[in-house]
Amino acid sequence: MSAQAAEHAVHDPNLGITGLDHRKMGMWAFLGSECMFFGSLIGTYMSYKGKSLTGPTPHEIFNIPLTSVSAFVLLMSSVWMVLALNYLRLNNMRWAKFWILMTALFGAWFVGNQVYEFAEFVHEGLTLQTSLFGSTFFVLTGFHGAHVTGGVIWLLSLWALALMGKLGPEDYLKVEIAGLYWHFVDIVWIAIFTLVYLIP
Amino acid sequence: MATHAAFMPGAVTEKQSVLVSWLTTVDHKRIGILYGTSAFTFFLIGGIEALIMRLQLAVPDNTVVSAQLFNELFTMHGTTMVFLAIMPMSAAFFNYMIPLMIGARDVAFPRLNALSYWIFLAGGLLLHASFVFGSVPDGGWFGYANLTTKQFSPGHSIDFWILGLQILGISSMLAGFNFIVTIINMRAPGMTLMRMPLFIWMSFVVQFLVVLAFPAITVGLILLMFDRFFGTLFYAPAAGGDPLLWQHLFWIFGHPEVYILILPAMGIVSEVLPTFARKPLFGAPVVIYSGIMIGFFGFGVWSHHMFSVGMGPVADSAFSIATMLIAVPTGVKILNWIATLWGGSIRFTSALYFALGFIAMFTMGGLSGVMHASPPVDLQQTDTYFVVAHFHYVLFGGSIFGLAAGAYYWWPKITGRVLDERLGKLHFWLMLIGFNVTFFPQHYLGLIGMPRRIYTYAPDLGWNFWNLVSSIGAFTIALSFLVFIVNVVKTMRAGAPAGPDPWDGRTLEWSIPSPPPVYNFAVVPAVQDRDDFWLQKYGDEHGGKPRKAPAPRPEDIAAIHMPPPSYWPILLAGGLLFMLAGALVSIYQVILGGLLTLFCMYRFALEYHRPRAGGGHHG
Repeated sequence: MSAQAAEHAVHDPNLGITGLDHRKMGMWAFLGSECMFFGSLIGTYMSYKGKSLTGPTPHEIFNIPLTSVSAFVLLMSSVWMVLALNYLRLNNMRWAKFWILMTALFGAWFVGNQVYEFAEFVHEGLTLQTSLFGSTFFVLTGFHGAHVTGGVIWLLSLWALALMGKLGPEDYLKVEIAGLYWHFVDIVWIAIFTLVYLIP
Repeated sequence: MATHAAFMPGAVTEKQSVLVSWLTTVDHKRIGILYGTSAFTFFLIGGIEALIMRLQLAVPDNTVVSAQLFNELFTMHGTTMVFLAIMPMSAAFFNYMIPLMIGARDVAFPRLNALSYWIFLAGGLLLHASFVFGSVPDGGWFGYANLTTKQFSPGHSIDFWILGLQILGISSMLAGFNFIVTIINMRAPGMTLMRMPLFIWMSFVVQFLVVLAFPAITVGLILLMFDRFFGTLFYAPAAGGDPLLWQHLFWIFGHPEVYILILPAMGIVSEVLPTFARKPLFGAPVVIYSGIMIGFFGFGVWSHHMFSVGMGPVADSAFSIATMLIAVPTGVKILNWIATLWGGSIRFTSALYFALGFIAMFTMGGLSGVMHASPPVDLQQTDTYFVVAHFHYVLFGGSIFGLAAGAYYWWPKITGRVLDERLGKLHFWLMLIGFNVTFFPQHYLGLIGMPRRIYTYAPDLGWNFWNLVSSIGAFTIALSFLVFIVNVVKTMRAGAPAGPDPWDGRTLEWSIPSPPPVYNFAVVPAVQDRDDFWLQKYGDEHGGKPRKAPAPRPEDIAAIHMPPPSYWPILLAGGLLFMLAGALVSIYQVILGGLLTLFCMYRFALEYHRPRAGGGHHG
């Protein structure tokens, strides 16, 4: 990128004195605040852990195999994101488009699993209003799911732009920023999966 | 390029009405003026609320307002002053001054900047729409759960407050990302971090506080919103929920927030004092480090707002020590300001008066603050007027005095005219005397047992005299701002022209015309020092010769390219307001507003994705 960056330095209004693009730095600042956002939500979950007055309890209800598949799917989507960026840089738009779509589809798969999981839990008697566990669990994982959904919409928008021929290697940075967001949401899931699902 | 001729200097030819040009502006200077005027309007509203409260409390057993209205008044007064007056007044200076002081032509994301302003205005309007619908927030500015849950606050009053604050939080965070990138990335060549002016440094710290502290209250408010709208149990003790959760989330935000309110004023004072003492700031690097320390420790002291809930001796001790520690970098700053004045050739302008007022008043507020750091003392003072006196000494005596110093100091740069000095000094003396008459007696009232937030009191408690004095002081403050308004009107009509450098300034904003041209700098300066413009004018004592800036050539100016206006920031903010206000109306409005917001987001994001032929390239 730095060679490209230097080349565009004269014309590019988004390039700063540090040699970093404004938009990329802005995304890092945003992700910093997102850390505090999810930190507060996870902190709430942890401080209420085990304090529910009624069941069902987490380990009566969690479907660890299903959630493990979800986690694997989301992790794989991060790999597809890297591949998409790689092909975009090589100006191989056919494969770039394919992997952007795959990233979005795997994200959608994760969200689909979550919708199924939520429906199952409601069926088994755990709702937002049942207990502290219900409230904290649905709000925490729900906000993560909303973030994934936002990412899926973002990726599909990039894919649509690519289909219209309006996305090329010169837009590398725009896809890279979407990728930063995507990887961040993925990392948050690792924290949630470990703290909420795996640790008894 | 030709399509943007309207934004070239001296070529305003396009038929665009003045109103539309303000609604669609992305110029940081215009956005700064929008922030400043909106904030001052909200400041007057908050001030009137305070006056009504002081009128009610002037004599015992008074009946000017009911208990319910009094609750609404103190809630809206606090919320307005914190989120709609002091923060956006600081934002006005961030917007106007940060690009000028770092030698930039705009902020990093001009359209995002406009979006921040319009979202801020949307939040302020939504909050105040509660007056129209007759359900005004009444839960205090810190809205303690579970008082604010559906059980104890049915109706929509708290919903207005939640939604208003959420919108204002979005605005502040967007501005925070923008200014972080602007300050890191848009500095003029040669302006290393340690050469940044002090106002830039303090603003920089504030932006990190904003983006890291606001998510905590966002989550707190989301949980409260879920409790109220969807029946979750976060703040429901009957289901095992802990009301302390809200207090922690709120104060993890709330304490950094007080530094968000005071650090910009500290930055302003650190600019005003060197200018009028004609000396560099004493120990400037130490002032910078202490500002960073304050920001850092600001995240570790939140529970000193909660000593009275009984967190146990370990937590109390830890937060007590951290709170006492944070007084050290603050004290360092005060010492540096005083040492800056020492031996300087001081010019007593209105701006300097307000800066000196800031130092004296803020020091007193700081001293009563250190007293609260001790839990046993705090337990005596909490929820009394002593606390009211303390935080008005830091927020009014600190922030407002500092912002007033900034207003008098930078007014000539922003408008091209100098505010009247005699009226300025009258404003200062009335404000200083009125402020102390209002708030100093409240220390005493608090210590003899007058609690906060009571709407009236019995005549035989010994509180009558000082309450009356306090109320007289409040109206004196109001009078001082009347003098300010007269000054502004008079100056707008027939003020003395300022010229580019009326104060013999030290920093880059004084090197360009007043008001600055739309592109700010015809030639981007090459910076060699923190007080670079001073060096340009006078050289330094180490043999550095004065540098005369070359006169800008017309072809340089013609080559400057400024971003064109955009409709999407205001439309996107409107969509967001429509969506969130829908939470009070119907789910269909939420959905419709959401779709509208999404549409505007796409248009906003894709506005310059592929520039049309001849359209040039914009960020």
